[in-house]
Amino acid sequence: MSLNRKYIPIVVTILLFLVMFAAGSFRYTGFFSLQVLMNLLVDNAFLLVTAVGMSFVILSGGIDLSVGSVIALSTMISASLVQQLGWPPLVVIPLVLLMGAAFGSAMGAIIHYFKIQPFIVTLAGMFLARGLCYVISIDTITIDHPFYTAVAQTKIPLPGGSFLSISAVIALIVVAAAIYTAHYTRFGRNVYALGGNEQSALLMGLPVARTKVLVYTLSGFCSSLAGVVFTFYMLSGYGLHAVGFELDTIAAVVIGGTLLTGGVGYVLGTFFGVLIQGVIQTIISFEGTLSSWWTKIVIGLLLFVFILLQRVLSSGGPARKSS
Amino acid sequence: MGRLVKHHLFWPLCVLAALLLFNLCYSPDFFTITMHDGHLYGSLIDILNFGSPLILVAIGMTLVVATKGIDLSVGSIVAISGAVACLSISKGPDQNSLALILISVLLAVGLSLILGLWNGLLVSVAGIQPIIATLILMVAGRGIAQLVTGGQIITVTSAKYAYIGSGSLATLPFSIFVVILVLLIALLTRRTALGLFIESVGCNPTASLMAGVRAKWVILAVYIFCGLCAGIAGLLLSSNVSSADGNNAGLWYELDAILAVVIGGTSLNGGRYYLTGTVIGALIIQTLTTTIYMIGVPPEITLVVKAFVVLAVCLIQSDAFRAAFAARWKTRHYPAEKEITRHVS
Repeated sequence: MSLNRKYIPIVVTILLFLVMFAAGSFRYTGFFSLQVLMNLLVDNAFLLVTAVGMSFVILSGGIDLSVGSVIALSTMISASLVQQLGWPPLVVIPLVLLMGAAFGSAMGAIIHYFKIQPFIVTLAGMFLARGLCYVISIDTITIDHPFYTAVAQTKIPLPGGSFLSISAVIALIVVAAAIYTAHYTRFGRNVYALGGNEQSALLMGLPVARTKVLVYTLSGFCSSLAGVVFTFYMLSGYGLHAVGFELDTIAAVVIGGTLLTGGVGYVLGTFFGVLIQGVIQTIISFEGTLSSWWTKIVIGLLLFVFILLQRVLSSGGPARKSS
Repeated sequence: MGRLVKHHLFWPLCVLAALLLFNLCYSPDFFTITMHDGHLYGSLIDILNFGSPLILVAIGMTLVVATKGIDLSVGSIVAISGAVACLSISKGPDQNSLALILISVLLAVGLSLILGLWNGLLVSVAGIQPIIATLILMVAGRGIAQLVTGGQIITVTSAKYAYIGSGSLATLPFSIFVVILVLLIALLTRRTALGLFIESVGCNPTASLMAGVRAKWVILAVYIFCGLCAGIAGLLLSSNVSSADGNNAGLWYELDAILAVVIGGTSLNGGRYYLTGTVIGALIIQTLTTTIYMIGVPPEITLVVKAFVVLAVCLIQSDAFRAAFAARWKTRHYPAEKEITRHVS
């Protein structure tokens, strides 16, 4: 076989995306346009940003359940600082990003130094962040600061009459930066090594502690950035924003071909995983008669197919025997 | 005294007692139980009644966690089971007919067994990590529940169905008897070899296979049992309010159940489990919720308190954390000790 085994999941993901997009184009008039493609990015910018952070966590063999809550907390803090206290957005946004990173690194430190499962620690983080939202306010806070509305309404024209939003551009920059980090920096190699086998990584003299804490810091940062993007999208802060979002994110990463055991996968796969979720939603909205819960069922089915595919690939291959 | 402190139920019981004591100080009539129309009323009864679905789910989860697994799909199964039962009853000609109720309940229970079987097959036969295998049903199951209810809240007007979740038998809520029955069935694992098998599979599936334990069957069985528990919990929950809500029923139940299991002293690393501990853990969570409601703090703040409880319980269970504390409290340090820990860890 000429194709390397390790590329099979990502190739399947990309093919699936193309097939779904083609199927949509044949079935619905007006589906095959550059703008529909761009809207996938515009509408899923925050999912993309979060999923990139989650990819690193999953590649390192961990999991982060707190992403949805951190997004909600970011929108809430931004909204209350900007609307109620009148802080300038250019101060608030870096502050929120710093908060997310600090939140992530605290979780990472607890996970590493006290050797508690990431699942439980980030679960606590999820409760904490969600609860803190309600401490700030139980109601929605609408943002009508000119800076936010301007960013939300800005359209960056592209050739062919289509446009991108600023959020989508931020998401694309994050993806590009993540691909560079994952494949061309020491940190990226350390993450893969850590996910492959922590014990070996430690024995090789890699900075396991630093990498692990950094991975969760990165995820916290990405979540809060996604929260900022989300405020541009929703123009409000609310404690119930992005409920259950961690599942969408994990699903996107898995559909993107990343092994949940860690060590195997590509950020580019996550990118297409997010796009596939976007296409499913677009098809359902074009269909009109289908209800939104079909999205969940289809995503569940896709998860099943991809996990089974990974299982077959990893157990059949001589290179990797999954634990 | 030393043995008492070391007992696995000591700390959970202390927490529960502290919570109850706080309630007593805060409102002196907390423990008052009044008799009214042949039913017992009081905060304690309420805690048992409203806590019963959580206890059920947590019992099922305990056995799953004992095999080093986890079941994230329980919340979705709770929703599906309630939705199916309510749909079937609402479609019937006479909502109070006993046959219809029985068929609906059996349908819901049967479906939850199948869902449990699905999880079990993925974990044991396909060999997928439990957290991922059950994630599939967690995502898709919520969609299925919404599909069943059509995105609406199905209400039923059946007094017989409402009895399951809010009726009372011998002055006590009926749901308590359901919980006791399931708990007794689960405790049977302690009286038979099955409990030992479950713990051995949790310690090391390969080694237990070598020792002649059919690890796959054991794993399959615990997931089916967990599905069953979640299904019954769904029935209790939906009949208590006589309606099924595909969106919100059982939302975050999996997290509360895992929390109850962990508070009860069962390690997420598998290999040992404490069913009574889990029940106390679930009661702690329910008491905490009741307490927060009673004090008048917005109920959403419960999440913050829960976060700290989870963290505290996990930190206490963490060897590394205890070692760090022990080192701080120690007055004498031996150089050799440091050397040993460096090489061992």
